[in-house]
Amino acid sequence: MSIWIKGGELVNPEKGVIEQSDIIVERGRISKILPRGVFGEQGSRLTTVDATEKLVVPGLIDMHVHLREPGEEYKETIATGTLAAVAGGYTSVACMPNTKPPNDNRSVTEFILRQAGEAGLARVYPIASITMGQKGRMLTEFGDLKEAGAVAVSEDGYSVVDSGLMRRAMEYANYHGLAVICHCEDRSLSGGGVMHEGVVSTRIGLPGIPAASEEIVVFREIALARLTGTPVHIAHVSTEGSVNLIRAAKGEGVSVTAETAPHYFTLDHNALIGYDTRYKVNPPLRTPADVQAVKQGLADGVIDVIATDHAPHSAIEKDVEFDRAAFGMIGLETALPLTLSLVREGVLGLAEAFRKMTCNPAGILGIGGGSVREGAPADLAIIDPDAEYGLMEEDFHSKSKNSPFIGRPLQGWNDLTMIGGKIVWQKNSNHPGC
Amino acid sequence: MAEFSHKDLLGMGQLSIEDIELILDTAESLKVISTRDIKKVPTLRGKSVVHFFYEPSTRTKTSFEIAAKRLSADTVSLSASTSSMVKGETLIDTARNLEAMSPDLIVLRHSSTGAPHLLAREVRASVINAGDGINEHPTQALLDLFTIRERKGRIKGLKVVIIGDIAHSRVARSDILGLTKMGAEVTVAGPPTMIPVEMETLGVKVVPDPRDAVRGKDVIMLLRIQLERQSAKIFPSTREYARFFGVDRQLVSRAKKDVIVMHPGPINRGVEIIPDVADGPHSVILDQVANGVAVRMALLYLLIGGKQSVDLD
Repeated sequence: MSIWIKGGELVNPEKGVIEQSDIIVERGRISKILPRGVFGEQGSRLTTVDATEKLVVPGLIDMHVHLREPGEEYKETIATGTLAAVAGGYTSVACMPNTKPPNDNRSVTEFILRQAGEAGLARVYPIASITMGQKGRMLTEFGDLKEAGAVAVSEDGYSVVDSGLMRRAMEYANYHGLAVICHCEDRSLSGGGVMHEGVVSTRIGLPGIPAASEEIVVFREIALARLTGTPVHIAHVSTEGSVNLIRAAKGEGVSVTAETAPHYFTLDHNALIGYDTRYKVNPPLRTPADVQAVKQGLADGVIDVIATDHAPHSAIEKDVEFDRAAFGMIGLETALPLTLSLVREGVLGLAEAFRKMTCNPAGILGIGGGSVREGAPADLAIIDPDAEYGLMEEDFHSKSKNSPFIGRPLQGWNDLTMIGGKIVWQKNSNHPGC
Repeated sequence: MAEFSHKDLLGMGQLSIEDIELILDTAESLKVISTRDIKKVPTLRGKSVVHFFYEPSTRTKTSFEIAAKRLSADTVSLSASTSSMVKGETLIDTARNLEAMSPDLIVLRHSSTGAPHLLAREVRASVINAGDGINEHPTQALLDLFTIRERKGRIKGLKVVIIGDIAHSRVARSDILGLTKMGAEVTVAGPPTMIPVEMETLGVKVVPDPRDAVRGKDVIMLLRIQLERQSAKIFPSTREYARFFGVDRQLVSRAKKDVIVMHPGPINRGVEIIPDVADGPHSVILDQVANGVAVRMALLYLLIGGKQSVDLD
């Protein structure tokens, strides 16, 4: 089947340009990109997708999600998680290894890929753990995991406490061409904390997590990247100090990249007043000054990627006392409008915003996608930048509903998602995978 | 008479100056009941009060029980070890089950900050926070305010110092909120490991050394040093704490002549307070305990007593 995507504004994040171009999709690939109006009569036999007043963008790539399968299928499955992904405009997701059992060996990686294949929605790229069982003692078999399909290693949710072991992990990952993703947290400082340590934690009586617990490990990972020459990627940057450390490291040529998540540039620790566990995330929501610094880091390129840290939890983990509740919020279905609000605020240009959700994460993970060019697989999203509404709980495709953005009117929503030339999601269609 | 418009008492932060004055005035009029031969009035006859203590407590629980009984309410006590919590039931499920039995008021003590707020959202019954995590203990603050007002005739303009583990004390946070709201000038003292970050934003002065902090003060409030905190590395030993931060007669003599010394109990004799001081002329520690009953009676009456006037006969 051939498809003519007609009348849209084509965002090309790689080139940093927005063009009025039509796209012809044939045999799963982008066969032609033509200036609007050039393609006419001969298109009448093609299936037409009208993208008038819409943005046509490369399918979004989320390099930080939790799909919970295997082990916690009551929170999310690979099928429901990838459905949430395509609903949000994502065509590829990289899933973290903290499943039960953790993704620390080939059989788990293969299982994830098999389930993703059966779901037939977003492309799934497994991230393996750095150590067996995420225990911080023995390295996993990076080579075997890479062969099985893992694209990166990360201890996810933990930092590798042993700096010597982390050094060896970086050296070894570099040899196998695996990206190294670092969750930065010194648990001897953060242990017992449930929110950012600051004026709000003092006021509302919750144990705090100081910014230093993140920054100490960011500093260490940068030092190890310098020592080993291995590129490292810092996950979910949340503090001004981290942004400054990464900025300085990039300035001296250390191979470091970084991501943040929409909640870190949208919400601050004042949201915790009222003890709503949907705002409990790790790292925690920080101060308004940190939010500003994260935005500045996005604006000046210190932060390369916007990822979601999509972390589904059920009522069992969330409808409990605040200190007993699990950390994390879902994000796949709200990241796009929250990021587009940065464009409206003038923090990011449109093409730049999409770079951080497409070609930048693709480059760091060394996976395909994230670009629009003739011959590339037709992974695309069509976005209505003007649509403004809020998602109700029942509108979410994720199995879990732990989002603080439920009911909040947001602007700029995904209309249609295409993967490999196949339309896998369309708004107001009851047929996922149609 | 002013109206008390709250369904629950979750923290001092929610109360206005007028609310606090109303509670203290009501407590004053109810205090006489405890001095009578027959210490009981029928005000809350037919009302049921559940005392739900997830954490061990002797003083607070007994005080609430006595307060409810003096007003003729029916009381039931649950503790963590006897409740379904040990069987894995969640707080919300426990709340819904209690709610199904239509209590009028639930008093909750819980180790988690915000637990009473969660409970209050789930039940129609009134909820009193009897201490949540390291957050608040509003009835303690109210009985402290009552005791200060009784002894000093006023709260506004008084100089109060709180010494001890401010960071991990729900009593300190509630007292700070209540005292500053009522116009007292509050200073906190103690080792920096026990002072939370950005403390000044709560409207208090931080003067770590008690020898400086007590100067010119009308009230010295002490906090119990939780000995289990020693393992969390916030102080090296009780001996060292007593030496540098414990309150002895010499320290008291640096405050105003008529200073009162308060402590929420239970006291660690020889650690944060030297026995001489605990039992000495400045101590009002047992007045606090007596006043606790009156203040809790006032709260029960204001929250579930309906519109009838206080029946003292």
